[in-house]
Amino acid sequence: MCEEMRRDPSVFLIGEDVGVFDGVFGVSAGMLAEFGAERVRDTPISEMAIVGGALGAALMGMRPIAEIMFADFVTCAMDQVVNQAAKARYMSGGKANVPLTLRIVNGAPGSAAAQHSQSPEAWFMNVPGLKIAIPATPYDAKGLLKTAIRGEDPVLFFEHKMLYAVKGEAPEGEYTIPFGQAAIRRQGTDATVIAIGGALPVVEQAAQQLERAGISVEVIDPRTLVPLDTETLIKSVQKTHRAVIVHEAHRRAGPGAEIAALLAEEAIGYLDAPILRVAAKNVPFPYNPDLERFILPSVEDVVAAVKGVTQYRL
Amino acid sequence: MRRLSHALLKLQAYFQSHFSGTAMTPSHLRPLDLYRRMLLIRQFELRAINERKSGLIPGFIHACIGQEATAVGACAALRQEDVIASTHRGHGHLIAKGGEPKYMMAELAARSDGYCGGKGGSLHMTDFDLGILGANGIVAGGIPMAVGAALAFQMRKEPRVALAFFGDGAVNEGAFHEAANLAGLWTLPMIFFCENNLYGEGTPQHKQAPVPDLAVRAAGYGFPGVIVDGNDVLAVFEATQQAVERARAGGGPTFVEGKTYRHRGHYEGDPMVYRTREELEFWKQRDPLTRFRHHLLDAGLATAAELDAIAAAITQELDEAVAFATASPAPAPASALAGVYGETHGGRVF
Ligand SMILES: Cc1ncc(C[n+]2csc(CCOP(=O)(O)OP(=O)(O)O)c2C)c(N)n1
Ligand SMILES: [Mg+2]
Repeated sequence: MCEEMRRDPSVFLIGEDVGVFDGVFGVSAGMLAEFGAERVRDTPISEMAIVGGALGAALMGMRPIAEIMFADFVTCAMDQVVNQAAKARYMSGGKANVPLTLRIVNGAPGSAAAQHSQSPEAWFMNVPGLKIAIPATPYDAKGLLKTAIRGEDPVLFFEHKMLYAVKGEAPEGEYTIPFGQAAIRRQGTDATVIAIGGALPVVEQAAQQLERAGISVEVIDPRTLVPLDTETLIKSVQKTHRAVIVHEAHRRAGPGAEIAALLAEEAIGYLDAPILRVAAKNVPFPYNPDLERFILPSVEDVVAAVKGVTQYRL
Repeated sequence: MRRLSHALLKLQAYFQSHFSGTAMTPSHLRPLDLYRRMLLIRQFELRAINERKSGLIPGFIHACIGQEATAVGACAALRQEDVIASTHRGHGHLIAKGGEPKYMMAELAARSDGYCGGKGGSLHMTDFDLGILGANGIVAGGIPMAVGAALAFQMRKEPRVALAFFGDGAVNEGAFHEAANLAGLWTLPMIFFCENNLYGEGTPQHKQAPVPDLAVRAAGYGFPGVIVDGNDVLAVFEATQQAVERARAGGGPTFVEGKTYRHRGHYEGDPMVYRTREELEFWKQRDPLTRFRHHLLDAGLATAAELDAIAAAITQELDEAVAFATASPAPAPASALAGVYGETHGGRVF
C-alpha cells in the first residue's frame, strides 16, 4: 500500500481504525505518520458509507483502498458492493471506471465465533463485475494488491487473518502479479490439490505427509478466484487425473463448488475419480476451539481426501 | 441528618407510588440490589479477565467495567417480560437482566453448561429466556430486531417494551437510522439506549460524529432524545423509567443517551494508544460504583458492613462460577453440527 501511495497521489486508504489504531491487525502501522489523516482516513463505523464513499471517489478517478475489518461486516455494505460497485461499469455502457480495492479480512480460527470468522468469497463469485483475489503468501499479497490498486475494476482482496503471521519473501520495490494466473506451489503426479487462501498451509502440510506415504501431490494456489486460471487447473488434472479442492469457506456453494463444476465441464475426460471438496462444514463457526477445529478443514481431512481419490477405482 | 439526593428521593417516591400497598418493591428495584448487580458486573468482568489470562477462557472479551450503571439502571426500569438487544460489550446487560454468573463463566470457558453450550462465547452470550435477543458481533446489529420485537408487542397489544443497547459508534450505522425511523413512524414501544463511552474502538466519538450529543438524532425520527449521566445509576433508572412508561402508554420510542466511559481497553489486550492516562483518571474519579456506594452510605440506606457483605457474597458466587465452569464438560466436537436448523433432518447437516 505504501509503495502505491507514494507512487500515485490518488491512492488512499479508508476504513475503521486504519489510522491511529494501525488497523485491528496492525496492517496499516506507520501509514498515518507517513501519509497523514487525509490519505489514511479513519471513518465512523459505517461500512455502507465506507464502500459507497470509496466507490464514489473511484468513479471520480481516485484509487481508494477500503478496508473491511472482518469479512463478516461486508454484509452491512452489500448493496454498495453488489448492486453499485459491481455493476457501475456495465450499467453505464462502459463509461464508469471503478478502480476500487476492498481489502477484506476473512477466516477462522481463533474462537472469534459466528460473526467474526467467515470466508464469504463465494458469495461474490456469483456477482459479475467483481474481481476476487485471495493471496496465500506475502509475495503474492504484495504483487496482487498492486495489480488490484492499479486495475480499473472493483477488486475484493481477501486477507486471511491467520496468514498475517506467515513470514515469507516480499521483495522491496516494483513487481505486480497478474490476475488469473495460478501458482503451482508443488509439483506432483498423483493428485491435484487446489488450495484457496488460508488453506494453503494446511494443504502444504498434508502434501508433505502424503509424500512420506508415497503419494505425490500437485498443489495449486489459484491466487484469484475471479478471474480463475482454469487452464493451469486443467493441465494439472490432465497429469494427475484427480482433483481435491480445499478452502475455509463453507462447503455448500463455496468456491470449490464452482471449481468442481468447471473441472466437470471441461476436464471430466481426464478424471479417474470424483472431485472432492474439503471445506468448513455447513454450520456457523462455533466459539469453542475444539468445535471450531472440528468444522474446519484439517490436515487429516486433506490427507484422507487425497488418499480417497488416489485409491478410487472406477 | 443525612441528606437524600434528589435522584434517590425520586426513586423512593417511585417505589412508594408504584408499589406501596400493593406488593413489595420488586427486589431488582431495591437500591441495595442495584448496587449488588453493579458490583457483580464489575467483579464478573475482573474475574473473566483473570480467567482469560489463566487460560480458562479461549476467546476475546470486551469488558464493560466503568459502564455498570447504564446496564443496571436501564434494566431496572424494565419488567421481566420486556426484552433487550445487547452488544459486543454485553456481559453487564446479561447480568442486569438476570443472567447467572455460573452459566456465563461456563460459556466464556466454552463449556457445555454455558448459556450457549460453548458455541457463542463472549460476543454471542445470551439467554433468550431472560428476554435478551442476543449479544451481537455486529455493531448496531441488534437494533433493528429490537424494533421488530416492539412491533410484535404492538401488533399483539401486549404491554411490553423493547430496549436496544448500543454504543456511540453504532449510531453511525445505517441499521440504527432505518430502525429509528421505523420505530418513530409506527410509534413503537421502543427504547434506544445509547451507552456513549466516547470511543468506538480506538476512534474518539468526536471523530465519528459531527455532534457531541447523540440524543439529538432522535429529533429527525420524531421522538424525544434525553441525555443522562450514565455513571449515575439512579439518573439512568429515572430516565429509562420515563421512557418505558411513555412507550408502554403508546407514546412511542425514546432515545436515552447515557454518557459514560469504559475503564478497560476496547478489548482485553488493547494497547490503548488513543487515549491519555489523565483522561482515564478523570473518569475513574467518576466511577459509577464508587459513586453509588457513597450515595448509599451518605443517604443512610446501607452501612459499610452491609456493602462489604454484598462484596463477600459476590466473591463467593464468582468462585463458585469459576469452579462450575472448570468442572463443566467440554462439548463433544461433533456437537458442532447440531442446532443449525429447528428440525434435525435425521441429524444431517446440509
Ligand atoms: C458492522 C461492524 N463493524 C465493525 C465492527 C468492529 N467493531 C466492534 S466493536 C466496535 C466499536 C463499537 O463502538 P461503540 O458502538 O461505541 O461500542 P463500544 O465498543 O464503545 O462499547 C467496532 C468498530 C463490528 N463488530 N461490526
Ligand atoms: Mg463506544
